Amino acid sequence: MEAFSDLLEQLYFTSSHNAKAALITDYLKQTPDPDRGWALAAMAGTLRFDFFKRNTIKQLMLERIDPVLFDLSYDYVGEMSETVAHLWPDASTKPASLPSLAQIVERFMQAKRTEVKPLLVEYLNQMNAAQRWALIKLGTRGLRIGVSARSVKQILARYGDKPVTDIEALWHGVEPPYTELLHWLEGRAEKPDISQRVTFHPVMLAHPVDESTLENLSPAQWQVEHKYDGIRVQLVCTRHGKALFSRTGDDISGAFPDLLETVTEHGVIDGELLIMQGKKVESFNQLQQRLNKKKPTKKLMSELPAGLIAYDILADHHQDYHQYPLDERRAALQNYIKDSRSDRLHLSVQLPVSTLDELHQRYEEACQDTAVEGLMLKRRDSLYVPGRPKGQWFKWKREPRLVDAVLMYAQRGHGKRSSFYSDFTFGAWQGDTLLPIGKAYSGFTDEELKKLDNWVRRNTTGRFGPVRELAKSLVIEVAFDAAHPSNRHKSGVALRFPRFHRIRWDKPAAEADTLDTVLTMIE
Amino acid sequence: MHPQDWIRTEEAGLYCRPADVYIDPMQPVACAIVTHGHADHARAGHQRVYATAQTLAIMTTRYGEEMASDPQPLDYEQTVTLGEPDDPVLLTLFPAGHILGSAQALLEYRGSRLVISGDYKRRDDPTCPLFKVVPCDVLITEATFALPVFTHPPIEQEINKLLHSLAVFPHRCHLVGAYALGKCQRVILALRHAGYHKPIYLHGAQIRLCELYQQQGIDLGELIAVNDVTDKSALAGEIVLAPPSALADRWSRSLPDVRTVMASGWMQIRARARQKQVELPLIISDHCDWPELLQTISEVNPKEVWVTHGREDALVHQAQQMGYHAKALSLIGYDEEETG
Repeated sequence: MEAFSDLLEQLYFTSSHNAKAALITDYLKQTPDPDRGWALAAMAGTLRFDFFKRNTIKQLMLERIDPVLFDLSYDYVGEMSETVAHLWPDASTKPASLPSLAQIVERFMQAKRTEVKPLLVEYLNQMNAAQRWALIKLGTRGLRIGVSARSVKQILARYGDKPVTDIEALWHGVEPPYTELLHWLEGRAEKPDISQRVTFHPVMLAHPVDESTLENLSPAQWQVEHKYDGIRVQLVCTRHGKALFSRTGDDISGAFPDLLETVTEHGVIDGELLIMQGKKVESFNQLQQRLNKKKPTKKLMSELPAGLIAYDILADHHQDYHQYPLDERRAALQNYIKDSRSDRLHLSVQLPVSTLDELHQRYEEACQDTAVEGLMLKRRDSLYVPGRPKGQWFKWKREPRLVDAVLMYAQRGHGKRSSFYSDFTFGAWQGDTLLPIGKAYSGFTDEELKKLDNWVRRNTTGRFGPVRELAKSLVIEVAFDAAHPSNRHKSGVALRFPRFHRIRWDKPAAEADTLDTVLTMIE
Repeated sequence: MHPQDWIRTEEAGLYCRPADVYIDPMQPVACAIVTHGHADHARAGHQRVYATAQTLAIMTTRYGEEMASDPQPLDYEQTVTLGEPDDPVLLTLFPAGHILGSAQALLEYRGSRLVISGDYKRRDDPTCPLFKVVPCDVLITEATFALPVFTHPPIEQEINKLLHSLAVFPHRCHLVGAYALGKCQRVILALRHAGYHKPIYLHGAQIRLCELYQQQGIDLGELIAVNDVTDKSALAGEIVLAPPSALADRWSRSLPDVRTVMASGWMQIRARARQKQVELPLIISDHCDWPELLQTISEVNPKEVWVTHGREDALVHQAQQMGYHAKALSLIGYDEEETG
């Protein structure tokens, strides 16, 4: 465990990718199995479940400290694991060495529910602050040390001198602690055989479209479709089983059994998960109610049935299509949908576009359509390349809506922004009073963040725990994707993805928008 | 008379009415008490200034001979009378243990005693005498690190981290961010105590204050200005001290393979260190950590605690839990970042 804690500490304070890779490679060389494999899993985010919940740690901590001091500390530090690492009382005597990473992982995996707390206390007592931080990060699966799953794969590829595509292909078929994978990379074993497993295939992503691309493209070379406002998923159905994966490879089958059970045709389908009443696509708001439910009730599933709009096909029962151009994949996808007995699968419609004018016209229409958030433009000859290859696929999102709102409350941010006031509640006027209409955390530059933080500190009129009430004087132009009616908010409106667009240091608060104006923007 | 009836916060700073004097004012005033030489407490342009001789020397070094028209040096524990002769306010300075010349100010008026601690710490510091516990009715304490997450490790341990890093990365220039007044000299002395006797290299902004320390009889060993080094590649494997603001500055680009180090109490919080792109954080502070703040309140044992600049909420809460009357005193303009 000491080596793992040291590794995390060093990675945390190292910013260069190459230096990080060197640290990890060195760790892989120095560390025995299965410790190193568990460390890889922790970094790549492939541990299956949390060893303990953040709330468990919080409860244990609150048994050891004044709750007011805990709240103030947490608010300041901005991160639970570090707050607890510092606040946990240091034991007067510590053991000469800690259990290995694998021992710790295995004990948590085998622990019954009632055994988790005592086990956690036992370990925290044995550790110093840096080790406690590492343990909590590990156990709650949120390392945040600036190492992505993608870079773990690249490091492994270099470590074993193999193409990264090989690692990508194997990755979702092998499991922590990755002993067979590591042995193969070190030339000590055969390549792991994953043909019997239901695995996720890394997805292909689009770039935002830019003006020059739009001006210069020749429509005949491009497939134009709607960009639906749901979540991107991958449906995998093989003779070994079937699963629904999120775009990052999380298995979300359990949350959408109503969709999955209708699918019987073998294949790997890339598409958008939506709430659909027959062919009618419902809003993202509706989908959100199902995303939160890991095990939905029958009632919820019948009220909000899940459907899939299929964009692409990666394999069917004949063959793999990654290396085929989009046009040919499209033909295979059409056949797949036609042959499928599922009434929940729908083909994403190709929009007819033969001139640039028509393309702009389709875009205007898409912007009026509340079920979609813009257009997708894909080269007809594009191969299916995982990641975000240049010049192949573009998304052309609807322009955001804008409203001038007044800052009302501020809270400190977390992680990188810890200690800066970066989370803001803003409101619109109803007569002489402001009503909160949303919260925004992004859209400003680091420079603006510093200025905002400074402004907050000088314009605080009240405090409610970690929340500062602000002088109602600063106007921000808020951008958002859509406005929905809401009975959870006093204002009666909920904004989708609100963010800072501009800070109007110049604009008097009285000239900000009224709630009535915002309400007219509800679709 | 209760101090709340004769002391108040004004825009310029803390103001003592019967003595017509400001404590650490941020704007030029007719009469000021300056607790120590950090720029967020000591400003130029006042007329009369009461401070220790060392603090006045620091102010002169920073702002020139014209920094105040009527400087009044005071020894520790020397009392002067301010205000009306028939209704006097007595001022006495006591050691604060923060930096060279740092002082607490005791004000006595109509039978009550108010101590303004200024910035202070409770650890040994070879550049100044130890903080003295001064009994009083009201203690005004700083709260820079007033959260229980802050416990400063011994300085020896942190200096060892730096020496260890030099051994592991013998070809990297270790650029240490340290505030030019106090922190810089304390880091140098701690390195000397740990047996590091090579020359230490300085950013231009550190030099005059280090010279002042040496004039005051504090031996810092051999110091060399980075500007005097013609071949900067010779700084590989050496220690360079610079103000925190210079770490990411263009200035540092001429140094070979920099390893960024920072000496500050803020370095305890990982995200803070990373925000500043520090690779090796050293937790070295000239302020009290949380246990020392509580220790001080218990030892001074005042009737009331007023808490200022920093994390007032937590210390006010804790002091109340300990049975003291406590409140936050909001003073503006103090720059916690640089001097931490």
